[in-house]
Amino acid sequence: MASYSTNEFKPGIKVLLEGEPCAILENEFVKPGKGQAFNRVRFRNLKSGRVWERTIKSGESLEAADVLDLDMEYLYEDGEFWHFMKTDGSYEQLAAPASALAEARQWLKEQGVYQVTLWNDAPIAVSPPNFLDLEVVETDPGIRGDTAQGGTKPAKLSSGAVVKVPLFIEQGDVLRVDTRSGEYVSRAKSD
Amino acid sequence: MDWAPSCTLAALAARAELLATVRGFFQARGVMEVQTGIIGAATVTEPAVESIAVPGLGYLQTSPEYQMKRLLAAGAPSIYQLGPVFRAGEAGRRHNPEFTMLEWYRLGFDDRQLMDEVAALVAAALGPAPVDRVTYADVVARAPADVEVQATGGLSARELLDLRFANGLDTLPPGRWFITDYPADQAALARRRPHDPGVAARFELVVDGLEIANGYHELTDSREQRARFERDQAARRAAGQPEHATDERLLAAIESGLPDCSGVALGFDRLLMLKLGAKSLREVMPFPIDIA
Repeated sequence: MASYSTNEFKPGIKVLLEGEPCAILENEFVKPGKGQAFNRVRFRNLKSGRVWERTIKSGESLEAADVLDLDMEYLYEDGEFWHFMKTDGSYEQLAAPASALAEARQWLKEQGVYQVTLWNDAPIAVSPPNFLDLEVVETDPGIRGDTAQGGTKPAKLSSGAVVKVPLFIEQGDVLRVDTRSGEYVSRAKSD
Repeated sequence: MDWAPSCTLAALAARAELLATVRGFFQARGVMEVQTGIIGAATVTEPAVESIAVPGLGYLQTSPEYQMKRLLAAGAPSIYQLGPVFRAGEAGRRHNPEFTMLEWYRLGFDDRQLMDEVAALVAAALGPAPVDRVTYADVVARAPADVEVQATGGLSARELLDLRFANGLDTLPPGRWFITDYPADQAALARRRPHDPGVAARFELVVDGLEIANGYHELTDSREQRARFERDQAARRAAGQPEHATDERLLAAIESGLPDCSGVALGFDRLLMLKLGAKSLREVMPFPIDIA
C-alpha cells in the first residue's frame, strides 16, 4: 500500500489516520532548539467532516487513502439507501448510506448533480452543489405588493429543507438557495 | 512552468538593505567578515541535524561553525560570516533546505555579553523593543500537560522534552525572548557552567514565536568535545541514521588552542521575515526549494 512520509505532506493529500480517511488541510514543520523535528498537521476527516489536529514525529508515514471525488446524478431513495448514477456515460449506479448523506439529505433533488466521495469504492460523503433551485412546497400566503418591507417567514422546500424567505414568496415559487449557509438567494428565473 | 520568484522585488530590495545593515553593524564594531567553505570534508554529528553529502568531496555545511573555529584557533580576531547553509529534509513555512546564516564569534565574550550584542543587532534590524529572558525549564513547564503525538514506538525522554519545548515556545507571548539555561545534554558545542555543570552556556532568541538565533559560550576543551561527538555518533548508530566521521581538523584546532569566545548563528531569512511581517520564507527568498 502506498504511503506518505511527513516530508511529502501537503494540503490535499488523502491519508488514513486512525483508520479514517482524511485530507491534509495544513502541515507545519517544527524543530525547536535543534531537537527532534515534528509535523503539526490539520486533517479533515472525510467521513465526519470534522477537523483533526495531530502532532506527528517527522519521518513517520501515513498510509495513503484510496479516495476519489465523483460528480454523480441523484436518482432516488429506497428507504435505506440513496442511489446515484455516474455522469460519465457509464450509467453505473452507487448506493450511499444515510451516514454519507448527512447534511446533504435536505438538499436532494432528482437529476441534480452531487459530488460523491468514494473511499475504497464505497460512498462516504455527498456534497450538494453550492447553489440549488428548489420549489416552495409549504409557506404562509404571500403578501403581495409589499416587496420593499423587510421581514421573513419560513418556507419548506421540495427537498425538505426549511429556509427563511421574504414575505412575498408564494407556495410554488422556485427559489435559488445557497446550500452552504442554507440561505435564500433569489427567486429562480422561470423557464 | 513556475519560473518566477516566489517573493516580490520589494522583498529582495529589503533583503539587500538588511544585508547592508548587518554589515554596517559589524563594521562599526570592528568585527571582520570572513568566507569559509560551503563544502567541508566533515559535518555535524548532532542527531537532529542532517547534512547533504557532496559525493567525493564531503558535505554542504549546515553552519560555518567548524571552519570559523579553525580560523579563531589560527589567531583570527572576532569574525562574522553571511552565507548559505544547508540542512536535509527541512522544508516548511519556516524552513528551507538552503538558507542564509549570519554567524559570528566574539573573542573574550561570555554568553551573556553575546546575548546583549544579539539584542543590539536585532534592534538595529527591527527597531528597539524590550527583550525578556526565560529558562529552558520554564518553557518546558509552559507546555500543556497532555501532549499527544503519533510516533512509531513512542518518543524517547529526550524527544518528549523536545516536543514539550516546542509546545511551550508556542505559549510565549509575542515579543523578544532569550531562552537560557539549556540542559547539559543540549549543550552541543557550548561549555557547561563551571558552577552548575548540569546547565549549558547556550541561549536561543525567539521573536514573535520565531526562533532566530542559537548561541554558545564555546567549548574549548577538545577532550570533552570529542566525547560529545562520540556520543552523537552512538545515538546516530542506534537510530539507524548515517554516521559522519568526527571532524579531526576541528578537534586538532580546538586542541591547539581555541581562544575563549562566544558564538551565535542567526537565521538571516527569518530576521527578514520579521522585518517584513512575512508569514512564510517564500515571501522573503526568491526561489524556495520547490521552485528552485
